[in-house]
Parts: sequence; C-alpha cells; structure tokens
Amino acid sequence: MADKTVAAALNPQKNVPLMQWVVPVLVGWLIPGGGHLYLGRKQRGLLLGGSIGICFLFGLMMRGAFFEPQTGDLLTTLIYTGGNFANKMVGLPYFLATWLGYNQADVAGHVHDYGTKFLAGAGLLNVLALVDAYEIAAGKKD
Amino acid sequence: MPKIALSHLETAILLALLISVVLGVVTRKTDKERLQYGMLCFARFVGTIFGLAWLMKLGHG
Repeated sequence: MADKTVAAALNPQKNVPLMQWVVPVLVGWLIPGGGHLYLGRKQRGLLLGGSIGICFLFGLMMRGAFFEPQTGDLLTTLIYTGGNFANKMVGLPYFLATWLGYNQADVAGHVHDYGTKFLAGAGLLNVLALVDAYEIAAGKKD
Repeated sequence: MPKIALSHLETAILLALLISVVLGVVTRKTDKERLQYGMLCFARFVGTIFGLAWLMKLGHG
C-alpha cells in the first residue's frame, strides 16, 4: 500500500483526466496568467499576466502587425501561419484588439517590426504559461 | 492608443526583461530559484545584446 503511494507520488499519472486540466488551460489561454490564478497561484499568475499583458500592449503601442495566414513555400507558411497561431495564443486581448478595429498594416520600420515581434512573442510566452498551468493542474509540479 | 517609439536597445532590453520574468516563473520550483533563474536569464540576454552589438560594430569597421 505504502509502496503504491510512493510510486504514485514519484510517477504522476500519465493520462490526466481532461476535466482536471482543461478549465485552467482554457482560462489561461483567454486571460494570460488566468490559469495560474484559477489554480490559486496568485503571485505567479499576476507576474505572468503582467509580463504577457505588457508585451502585448507594447506591441500595440509600437503599431505592430498581426500575422495573416499565408501558404506558399515552407518558410512563408511557417512564418505567417505560425505567426498567426502565436498571435491567437494570447487569447482575449487579441480578439478584443481585432474586434475593436486594430488593423495595422505590415509596414517598414524598426519600431513596427519590433511591435510585430512583441505581439507574436506575447502569444508564445502565453504558450509557456499554459504548459505550466497544465503541469500544475496535472499534479506534475507545485 | 498612444504610440511609442523605442530605440533598438530599449526594445531589446524590455523584451529580455519580459521573457526573463516568464522563464523564471515557469521553469523553477521555489521562489528563490525563480528569482535567481530570471535574473540569470536577463543577465545572459543583456550580455548577448551587448556582445552581438560589439561584434556587428567591429565587423562593419
């Protein structure tokens, strides 16, 4: 009995029930840091939400462009479709910005270019936060 | 929405700071380790920024 408990603690469940992690991951996707807040990790949730939110906000203020999915050669597909995926991974802020009419064209200039990277970067940072929220919800880490 | 125009250095350092915070939070187990790793990441980012900047300056002559 004790051996089973120790083994369970050392080897967390491989198949984590869907309902155990889907809500925190969904909340974390829609509101950056929200998954951690939902799981009671307030400090970490606020740090993640703040960092990702600032990254996204600076991207908007630098007038970065959102990626539109494009196909063609491999590099074009990877950059534009991947960029569009990264933009969407920031969740509600992305949908709110597009709904409110933010539609910056992709123009030349280092500020715009950095803005575009900040917008995509915010989404990628949120992916890291989502993986962390999943691991906490699954009991793989504290 | 106000518009801002940061320099290359300001933008790179801001991005380094934000990424370091997230990496620190998600990759370590205790608060002390998170702080240490976040600071280490930030120092490495800033070191790389200055290193590459000097490399480009020297490379261009």
